[in-house]
Amino acid sequence: MATIRLQQEDFDAAAETAALTRGRTDIGALVTFTGICRGGDSGERIAAMTLEHYPGMAEAEIARHVAEAESRWPLAGVTVIHRYGRLVPGGNIVLVVTAAKHRGDAFAAAEFLMDYLKTRAPFWKQEERAGATAWVAATEADDAAAERWVAQPASRDAAE
Amino acid sequence: MRILYFAWVRERIGKTEEAIEPPAGVATVGDLMAWLAERGEEYAYAFEHPNTIRAAIDQKHVRPDAAIAGAREIAFFPPMTGG
Repeated sequence: MATIRLQQEDFDAAAETAALTRGRTDIGALVTFTGICRGGDSGERIAAMTLEHYPGMAEAEIARHVAEAESRWPLAGVTVIHRYGRLVPGGNIVLVVTAAKHRGDAFAAAEFLMDYLKTRAPFWKQEERAGATAWVAATEADDAAAERWVAQPASRDAAE
Repeated sequence: MRILYFAWVRERIGKTEEAIEPPAGVATVGDLMAWLAERGEEYAYAFEHPNTIRAAIDQKHVRPDAAIAGAREIAFFPPMTGG
């Protein structure tokens, strides 16, 4: 029941959540995360960001992590949309929607999926500033965020 | 086998993909990187720090000690920065 899409065009988070919950009465919690292209934190402003991806593997890798999220938490629905191509500051990059009976599972699954998307999904960001381009370096903070899920069991396992 | 390059690995080598047949002694992903690095200065530049390069065999992440026998598609790329 998961929806996974890679696309150049923008997405509408409200339309995606509506599509996921339409006609459903079993969903009690819905978490929506949208990643947005920033204009630069310091120094020269970013004119644009280009996202390169590995077609085929990107979809497969996201599907593997969605399947793992569904095995760890009792989810009622998942939507992941990741854009590629040239984006400008303020533009959407990624959407993760998780639905469950209870909020704890929806929050945890959304955070798990984002942590893995940042470190395992084959996408690479290149920033454009005043005509010069530079690849974004991976951060240890993102690696650490993904790593903690390896050591931490799912909430329902811990409760049993 | 088909070899794919992404992001700055692709830029340094100057191609997105190529078909190669490495010699029999090239058994692992790490061996393949070392062998590719000998193919010219653009390859040597791309693979100058092999521990910073990630690899996938048939669209699944693998470590440098993974065997390449039977692989249809091997990709090399920098650490990922999606999301």
